[in-house]
Amino acid sequence: MEVFLQTLVSGILKGGLYGLIGMGMSLIMGVMGIINLAHGALMMVGMYVTFACFTYAGIDPYLTIFISMPALFLLGMLIQKYTLNPLMEVDSILPENQVLMTVGIAMVLTEVARFIFSSDYKSVRTSYSGATFFIGDISFSVALVAAFFIAVAFTLSMFWFLLKTDLGRSIRATAQDKDAALLMGVNSKRITILTFGLGSALVAAAGTILMPVYYLFPDIGGPFTRKAFVITILGGLGSTVGAIFGGLTLGLAEAFGATYIGMAYDDMIGLLIFILVLLFIPGGFKRLLKV
Amino acid sequence: MRKYPPILLLVILILFPIVVRDHYHQHLMILVLMWVVIGSGWNVIAGYTGQVSFGDAAFFGTGAYTAGLFVTKLGISAWWGMLFGGIAAMAIAFPFGWICFRLRGAYFALATLALNEVMRHIATVWESLTDGMVGILVMQTFVSKVPYYYIALGLAVVSVIGVQIIMGSKWGYYFVSIREDQDAAESLGVNTHFYKMLSLNVAAFLTGMAGALFMNYMGFIDPEVVFSLHDISIMAILVGIVGGVGTIYGPVVGAFVMVAVHEFFRTGFFGFFKGIAALTGSDMIIVWAKYVMQAHVLGFGILVVLVILLLPNGIVGDWNLIVKKIFPVKTRRVTG
Repeated sequence: MEVFLQTLVSGILKGGLYGLIGMGMSLIMGVMGIINLAHGALMMVGMYVTFACFTYAGIDPYLTIFISMPALFLLGMLIQKYTLNPLMEVDSILPENQVLMTVGIAMVLTEVARFIFSSDYKSVRTSYSGATFFIGDISFSVALVAAFFIAVAFTLSMFWFLLKTDLGRSIRATAQDKDAALLMGVNSKRITILTFGLGSALVAAAGTILMPVYYLFPDIGGPFTRKAFVITILGGLGSTVGAIFGGLTLGLAEAFGATYIGMAYDDMIGLLIFILVLLFIPGGFKRLLKV
Repeated sequence: MRKYPPILLLVILILFPIVVRDHYHQHLMILVLMWVVIGSGWNVIAGYTGQVSFGDAAFFGTGAYTAGLFVTKLGISAWWGMLFGGIAAMAIAFPFGWICFRLRGAYFALATLALNEVMRHIATVWESLTDGMVGILVMQTFVSKVPYYYIALGLAVVSVIGVQIIMGSKWGYYFVSIREDQDAAESLGVNTHFYKMLSLNVAAFLTGMAGALFMNYMGFIDPEVVFSLHDISIMAILVGIVGGVGTIYGPVVGAFVMVAVHEFFRTGFFGFFKGIAALTGSDMIIVWAKYVMQAHVLGFGILVVLVILLLPNGIVGDWNLIVKKIFPVKTRRVTG
């Protein structure tokens, strides 16, 4: 029973983070209709920003959110403006040119990171990295709990932003119907640029708050891109609420898989879920929840 | 007019190992021919059918491991893998396509990416069958590279002609109709699921055969090599898009360019840096050269970005455009 509860807790804590990662992906997905395969690479960049700030300037990892998020927001906007948007006008046979482009961008980001920081594993060790507290017999990692609450705070403020502000409404309008939004006076090109920046900033936040308890190397982006993908499929394409449920489900599944099946099958569990969802609920949670 | 260049190219390729005798260039040409096969496979599923695959390494590795396991587990020649490697890759492609062709576009692409990772994982974890990270070592049949060269050439010719025949047949038109507009194709009575499966299986068969060839030729494989995302799957995409998506000879040109670019980086701009370092006697340049040699993936990444931005249809696909840019006056004739 203790093992079960412990697994449950760690699954939920991980799931909150995954939700944040998935939300950035599904925002970009919803507005642009393409999958951003550079998502994990952007997270990796955010993590390196945190690592560099901590190592060279001694800034507390949680405070570097205020550096990594604006930095990635800018980077995301530049990527969208100068590499992805020009492709909309280019005439080509393959409609997936933008997706291929994100692969190219991910490769460039990864290799540039390798160039600067080398392939070695890096980590940020703080006084609270290993700290835990107990409720009953169940241990909670302080850093993971903090990460969970920050992720939840970001998710909630994102919701407020999307539902209540003008900009948020424009983003949702563009996601629902690009042409109609254009006719209503939404500058959809500007919206795509902002959305990509926002998605990058969200995933950078996820990377930053993960940093005190995780390790870092240039290729870390790949697994996280795949996770974000499984989350978006689970949650339903382009649904932000779905992304949160998807994140929680994946977090729980991975935790239980690691406890009861084996640590080595991490990726397999994600794929298994992915296939089951495709077979039994093709629309993801979006279809079940009607959100 | 259009008939002669391929024949000329074939003649040059047949004469190549007779004229060029050093092993290094023969080795490079064998790799080029292998990539022609893989690129043709990728082109069928992605270029013609429009279902971009990021997981060619899954089929490539399956083919290679089939050939390798024939030796280590069954004790028969790895050459049997040339046939059965393709069939084994199809055996992977079939259930995968059955499930994942419910996805469209980028989602399918990501599913293939996941397949790639899972296959690598299986090959790594299932140690009783594959020996995991230890890999499989097989004695090469021939000492000389020439037999391998002609086998690779035969395979490449068969795959290019095979793709040409398929694309000229009814199947080919169905494939293209799915790429252009899947819903319209469906409404006109094309069984899109069936034809997408067919296309994927053709691609898997070709890629699996190339994998078996790789096993036979290299003599050693491990999961990191044959299921590599960057060195196989992304490279296959690059061969496709650099050469020209949806063209018969695109993969041929693409394979040549990509292997050349790969070597270019690996050898430090064909020894350019070493030469400079020797001339100036500077240690800095040697250090820099080391970085450049490791940076072939970075070069690939930049190449992807540039090619997609500037030549979205590849060298063969945008040939008229290139010719117009270089010789603005000479081409008065409108070619189409």
